[in-house]
Amino acid sequence: MTIQAGIPATPPRKRLTRKQRRLVVIASAGVVLGLAAGLVAYALRDSIVFFYGPTEVVEKGLAPGTRLRLGGLVETGSVERGANQRVNFAVTDGKTRTMVSYTGLLPDLFREGQGVVTEGVLEGPGRFRADSVLAKHDETYMPREVADALKKQGHWQPGETKPGAPAAPVTK
Amino acid sequence: MFVEIGHFALALALGVAVVQTVVPLWGVARNDPALASVGPAAAIASFLLVALSFGCLVMSYATSDFSVENVAANSHSTQPLIYKLTATWGNHEGSMLLWVLILVLFGALVALSRRSLPPKLRAGTLAAQGSVSVAFLAFTLLTSNPFRRLVPAPGEGQDLNPILQDLGLAIHPPLLYVGYVGFSITYAFAVAALIEGKIDAVWARAVRPWTLLAWTFLTLGIAMGSYWAYYELGWGGWWFWDPVENASLMPWLAGTALIHSTVVMEKRDALKVWTILLAILTFSLSLLGTFIVRSGVLTSVHSFASDPQRGLFILGILIAFIGGSLALFAWRAPLLKQGGLFAPVSRESALVVNNLFLATACATVFIGTLYPLVLEMVTGDKISVGPPFFNATFVPLLVPLLLLLPIGQTLAWKRGDLLGAAQRAQVAFGVGVVTSLVIFAFVRGGPVLAPLGIGLGVFLVVGAFWEVGERVVGRASGASAMLSRAKGLPRSAWGTALGHAGVGISVIGIAAVAWGTESIGMLKVGESLTSGRYTATLEAVTPRTGPNYREDAARFRIVADGRELKPVEAMKRIYTARAMPTTEAGIRTVGLGQAYISLGEPDASGAIAVKLHDKPLILLIWIGALVMAAGGALSLTDRRFRLAAPRRTAAPAAMPQAAE
Repeated sequence: MTIQAGIPATPPRKRLTRKQRRLVVIASAGVVLGLAAGLVAYALRDSIVFFYGPTEVVEKGLAPGTRLRLGGLVETGSVERGANQRVNFAVTDGKTRTMVSYTGLLPDLFREGQGVVTEGVLEGPGRFRADSVLAKHDETYMPREVADALKKQGHWQPGETKPGAPAAPVTK
Repeated sequence: MFVEIGHFALALALGVAVVQTVVPLWGVARNDPALASVGPAAAIASFLLVALSFGCLVMSYATSDFSVENVAANSHSTQPLIYKLTATWGNHEGSMLLWVLILVLFGALVALSRRSLPPKLRAGTLAAQGSVSVAFLAFTLLTSNPFRRLVPAPGEGQDLNPILQDLGLAIHPPLLYVGYVGFSITYAFAVAALIEGKIDAVWARAVRPWTLLAWTFLTLGIAMGSYWAYYELGWGGWWFWDPVENASLMPWLAGTALIHSTVVMEKRDALKVWTILLAILTFSLSLLGTFIVRSGVLTSVHSFASDPQRGLFILGILIAFIGGSLALFAWRAPLLKQGGLFAPVSRESALVVNNLFLATACATVFIGTLYPLVLEMVTGDKISVGPPFFNATFVPLLVPLLLLLPIGQTLAWKRGDLLGAAQRAQVAFGVGVVTSLVIFAFVRGGPVLAPLGIGLGVFLVVGAFWEVGERVVGRASGASAMLSRAKGLPRSAWGTALGHAGVGISVIGIAAVAWGTESIGMLKVGESLTSGRYTATLEAVTPRTGPNYREDAARFRIVADGRELKPVEAMKRIYTARAMPTTEAGIRTVGLGQAYISLGEPDASGAIAVKLHDKPLILLIWIGALVMAAGGALSLTDRRFRLAAPRRTAAPAAMPQAAE
């Protein structure tokens, strides 16, 4: 270590100078922080999921196999229940619709005409396989992304379910 | 009438809080002890006023006074009394009042504590605490007034959100708030120390019990919230890395670092500046959590609707308190006398490593939680950062910390012996490895991480008690000597052991999650579904009517490994006032594991969707948290916190160094 160059020859094992001790602390902090930064950078590249509305999926020309969150309204009359918990429904933003297939229990507040956020994989143009359908805890609540996606397509009707309706409860 | 009294008391409390903030500081500045001593009286007065105000709100809920907007929006005359009362804090305005109540309660407790605090420190602390009260009282009164009247009054209320009509959720917010808000006291102490420009072991000793208290409650609050989400939301998961959950995890991580760094400061008079910074950051993260939950800036699976106006107000509070205290820190911290030196291999170094990992882990959670917000502001892209991110960042940072924990715990202060500590930890390590191997041998196949994780947990539990065990057994000399030695150990030593063992117990429970299984099926009466050890047979579906809901209760016969258990009921409810459906999971506990059933929709043929989970050892996750909290509580009763703190001494060298 170059730091030791000017220091009188005390064996470093016996007593570290203040400077050296500080260096040890800073170096070990640097190692841990570097490790963390690396992990974060790696994870941010690989494990984040983008949110799109049905129209954006088409506009962006996303390739099949892309993992994403798809949000919009569950189109009225589109819900079909099949065997083995298979459910098909259409998610729409008023302009474009995407068919979603999902296998599993739907959350309590999943209803036709209501906002929904699903996460899964794009299978092809207009087809999406969801592996999770996100539950909301309040029937008047519209996921913010869904509200924005609807607004973008000009299909926002204030007075129906508002995003951030102030009367709804907050907890935690 | 109650309502107006409550409103008035709240406004009065704001005035008193202003006095509590301004007058003591003025007194200290003018060297006027009379003015400086106004703090305690003002703190107690503002607590009494807010308590009165809160009591009035509870009364209007108890009497279902729907002329109050808040009551009308969140209560219903058919609700059971207990949920009428807990509805008081089952909404934004009421929970804000509870937040403020706990805030001023802590102020009053500092004012009343018999510990002899140096007068300047007490005045400064109460003033800083008062300023936080001012901000949140103003916020409540101006943007979230729970006492607003409704004219004309509706005849019936809109009911409390059904998923909040649950005992778990009734006690979760108060526990969590005591934790969150408790850190305001450490923040106030830090600000007072910066203003005074003086910080020493007396400060650390004064702060430690408050930090421990807040940490203990935060631990309980998070565990309670996690268990509530597990049984009430019906997905069977216990942690979702949701922004709202992260909001409580961040202060917990920082607080955990803080209870360790204050030990170093108390015993070795070192790490002073870092401890002050950590105290500020911990409460800042609590404030950030409040902002995240109440402003709706982040989408969370359990975020409730909220008002952007309030978000702006809280953002203002956030900037003022975090920015203000950090500016104060930048200005005053260089004045603080640097702490002592310490050797690289010592208990204090081990605690530095603990702080390093906890702070870094906290930072990764922070990035994962706020990155979507920043990205949306910068590029407009909406993303979600989910469990894969946190599994790839948080977990790898926590594992080395856990591996080092039992070694660090046995290192001596000042000058440790790494070899000796490693030798002492090797028995615990051996037990852990053997446990892993035995599990590997018996459970062929299956996930590899489960046995490894359980081995780690066992290592932590054995390691946690090793130090205490060694001190009790010592030079073994008969049972009675050992018993008296066990009694003679400071309670904080037992508390430390218990707290660390709790971590190990939770780790075992979390590792065992990998063994969980689930299966879904459409069941008609008489049909069965098997998952893991359990087979559930649908026996009957009965419609029933509750006080404020209708439900279909499905009764299941449960057989575990050929042994019949008590039947279990899972329900699909419709709460009539809001016409909102909920699912009540049916849970049967077997030892430390659970069979967990939740219901889905019925199909045209009359079969119901049923999801059955086998969750082995799942209870250990929360039992571990309870044990951690018990460790915190036990440390709190330690003798040295109950006795008056020693007077400040001129030379740090004269501080009592080894209280053990």
